[in-house]
Amino acid sequence: MVERQSPLEPEFHVGSHGNFEHGVEILLTETRPGSIVQLAAWPGEEKKLIAAIRTVTGLALPDGAGGGLSNGVKSVFGFAPGKFTVADETEGLAEAFAKAVTPAIGTVTDLSHGRTAIRIAGPKAEWVLAKFFAIDFALPAFPVGAGRSTVHHDVFAQIQRTGSDQFDLYVFRSFARSFWKALCHASEEVGYEVQ
Amino acid sequence: MLITCPYCGPRDVIEYTYQGDGNRERPDPASQNFEAWNAYVYDRLNPAGDHNEIWQHSGGCRAHLRVVRNTLTHEISSVAFASGDHHAPAARRKAEDKP
Ligand SMILES: [Zn+2]
Repeated sequence: MVERQSPLEPEFHVGSHGNFEHGVEILLTETRPGSIVQLAAWPGEEKKLIAAIRTVTGLALPDGAGGGLSNGVKSVFGFAPGKFTVADETEGLAEAFAKAVTPAIGTVTDLSHGRTAIRIAGPKAEWVLAKFFAIDFALPAFPVGAGRSTVHHDVFAQIQRTGSDQFDLYVFRSFARSFWKALCHASEEVGYEVQ
Repeated sequence: MLITCPYCGPRDVIEYTYQGDGNRERPDPASQNFEAWNAYVYDRLNPAGDHNEIWQHSGGCRAHLRVVRNTLTHEISSVAFASGDHHAPAARRKAEDKP
């Protein structure tokens, strides 16, 4: 398999940066999932699509808008009514869903090459993200596993909370490098480490 | 101004795109009733108060929403998915009304 190049590469500098004399409070990395897939159910077919997600990934989506979960390898969350993002460390998710999601249930869109997944973690993750997005990052309002669709200066972003102080951000690949640079700048004041 | 998306919850107006007056009723595409087409394209109620509007949560779930906004106070009194419900909660224009 051809190795996929990262759009972040020219600006991806492993190590500690910014104001880290008192320790780093942010960890930034690119999770580089093998598969990123978007699923959409036709009206009334949502339950069948959720069942297909369970068949393919083994993940049972919780009820409710923006509900989701991650097992560390595969992740799924709702980002719009009847629409879900699924990511997997390995490739081939779109092919698996193409079999499980029949044309009567909905659609499968392979975004593996179209999105870049950035992970921000650490005690100041909420603080840094709150500079970018006008949404509530507090744990009661944004529980672990849940997903949110939002926007930063016209850069559309899907955010999944994958830990109490960890978030996975899915941004357009073409905007990913400038978004990454902005994220690094925003993390400077608290000290950050790129891994 | 905050609009509470039925899917995403309260979000800043910057995430939304105004899609126009929610009172318009599009004539049948085959219709040659020019008065009806003229009304669809140009006639607006312009109320001082509750107004039916269509907004898209373009910087979020991208759903189209039927919103009632008070044009005097910006108070949002109702938000619903535009799909399915074609009956706007605020006063609608009647076909015989003239602006
Ligand atoms: Zn929304």
